[in-house]
Amino acid sequence: MDLFEYQARDLFEAHNIPVLAGAVATTADEAERAAATMGGKVVVKAQVKVGGRGKAGGVKLALDAADARSKAEAILGMDIKGHTVHKVMIAQAAPIAEEYYMAILLDRANRNFLVMASVAGGMEIEEVAHTQPEKLARVGIDPNNGISREKALEIVKAGQFPEGVVNDVADVLLKLWAAFVAEDATLMEINPLVKTEDGRIIALDGKVTLDDNADFRHPAHADLVDHAAANPLEAAAKEKNLNYVKLDGEVGVIGNGAGLVMSTLDVVAYAGEKYGVKPANFLDIGGGASAEVMADGLSIILGDADVRSVFVNVFGGITACDAVANGIVKALEMLGDKATKPIVVRLDGNNVLEGRRILNEAAHPLVQQLDTMDGAAAKAAELAAK
Amino acid sequence: MAIFINKESKVIVQGMTGSEGTKHTGRMLKYGTNIVGGVTPGKGGQSVEIEGKTLPVFNSVAEAVAATGANASVVFVPPKFAKAAVMDAIDAALPLVVVITEGIPVHDAAVFYAHAESKGTTRLIGPNCPGLISPGLSNIGIIPGDITGPGRIGLVSKSGTLTYQMMYELRDIGFSTAVGIGGDPIIGTTHIDCLRAFQDDPDTDAIVMIGEIGGDAEERAAAFISEYVTKPVVGYVAGFTAPEGKTMGHAGAIVSGSSGTAEAKKVALEAAGVKVGKTPSETAALMRAILNG
Repeated sequence: MDLFEYQARDLFEAHNIPVLAGAVATTADEAERAAATMGGKVVVKAQVKVGGRGKAGGVKLALDAADARSKAEAILGMDIKGHTVHKVMIAQAAPIAEEYYMAILLDRANRNFLVMASVAGGMEIEEVAHTQPEKLARVGIDPNNGISREKALEIVKAGQFPEGVVNDVADVLLKLWAAFVAEDATLMEINPLVKTEDGRIIALDGKVTLDDNADFRHPAHADLVDHAAANPLEAAAKEKNLNYVKLDGEVGVIGNGAGLVMSTLDVVAYAGEKYGVKPANFLDIGGGASAEVMADGLSIILGDADVRSVFVNVFGGITACDAVANGIVKALEMLGDKATKPIVVRLDGNNVLEGRRILNEAAHPLVQQLDTMDGAAAKAAELAAK
Repeated sequence: MAIFINKESKVIVQGMTGSEGTKHTGRMLKYGTNIVGGVTPGKGGQSVEIEGKTLPVFNSVAEAVAATGANASVVFVPPKFAKAAVMDAIDAALPLVVVITEGIPVHDAAVFYAHAESKGTTRLIGPNCPGLISPGLSNIGIIPGDITGPGRIGLVSKSGTLTYQMMYELRDIGFSTAVGIGGDPIIGTTHIDCLRAFQDDPDTDAIVMIGEIGGDAEERAAAFISEYVTKPVVGYVAGFTAPEGKTMGHAGAIVSGSSGTAEAKKVALEAAGVKVGKTPSETAALMRAILNG
């Protein structure tokens, strides 16, 4: 799960990483009050989980509370790269002397964690990584050893930080590592990490990604979920514990296993080129799915107004094809007259003969079975075109 | 021959007394896998009967190894306890540990992977993988045993169901070993490890490699193929039409550059001389053409 900036700020603060005062607001009223409480100049920042908001006009300096109100009014409701701004953060303004960069992230290639630190922070850090790689320290961390004070100092020096801030920046790195581990994060990035004119080191903006697999040991992470962002179909799927992503096509797709479902999307897209149709969604019913799960999945897909045909593509490993077939029959019974879209089914693997027999016996007028994945995808695409 | 597992594999099941563990122990026994016992901390000294075989339960992997001579384990322990189970197996210097469990926190996987690396005595496969099968010899994990039989193709895949699909497409030819390495961000055995083992295996003639979007494992595998693999390799990459994942901040972009897309992986594999299919069936056809050619 990716966090909003204000959530990252709060998380940093909870782990004693130095941040400025900040408050979140969903209305111009709230923004004005927050700015009045803080006093002085504030920055009004759009809260969207996408980069480039500054260039899009989503970050504005406000001179006082009244100005914060009008800036918030302008920013709230803005569209930034397809993300509607529902919240702004009111942050204390600070006179910045220097901008640095610091991040800890999961390094898939090396199968450990990676610290990056640079004296040259700010928006151009990717450029710096390419053109002046010597200014960006990149150090792998063994999760069983972590980061000692000595190691932190070594990293900060390698990032070419000036002597005067080395100790304070190393201190931030140690706290960031502690937070990274304690919160089960896969990314914690501070950009910029600033030195203010009065010499303080402060995390001015942060990006945090948390590992959903670790939710069982972080009950508090449930409060960070952004319910407003979920598409209604995605929300309904989530409630049923289904792995569903809405896409913008016409062929509903259900399969088992993320790899097979991704592959199914590709095959449908290729078949759909001829008919001008695309996959409408990603839905993985997972391993060992019951008839219930299949029925839930099919109900969600059939409830999508954009869907014109459905392709159920299952290779039964642990999942039994008879359970899938029973799920299809059950969903169609439940939906009755509300089910109007054709369903193309391709079953193979575990208990396939029984699965095919159940569907043949039910002989539902909307359901047809095909033997191959490519053939079934072509049929589903053709049906969506009509 | 085959890679990683064969008739001599003596397997213990960690989490055998749980419902998943019991179910899959039964399936593996039916296949003919030599399962010699199970580990469930706190239940040591008991025994369970599965598929007509009485299997002893031990408190730790070290005890199980001492009593049975096991040389492999398969882990069905739930995510909360999976790290402790895998660490136990690594501490017992078990040569092969196959972690089926889905949903293990990546910090836990990082810890047990680093531990396995520093000890250097355990090959980890997974986590979040279907395991591996050497048809006719041994089946460790949850891959259905009845899709196909022994043959001369080696298969390595991130995805479980695509492994099954590809085995099914090429069921008339058969496989030396099929390995599902899992798609988690941190996994033990990689595409490269399997490619090396298949290249060195006298009973494997050709290799199918299945990847999917995310990370740059396929790109690195492509570089390895250019350098080391002389046997024919065909590839398949899933996720050409998957929605583009957003990159958070700059860190991800700095580390992985533009790689990670299905297109980038396909280009890298083709540059290494790998024939890449657009669909699983087209990929199977490419393999068929090579073997018949």
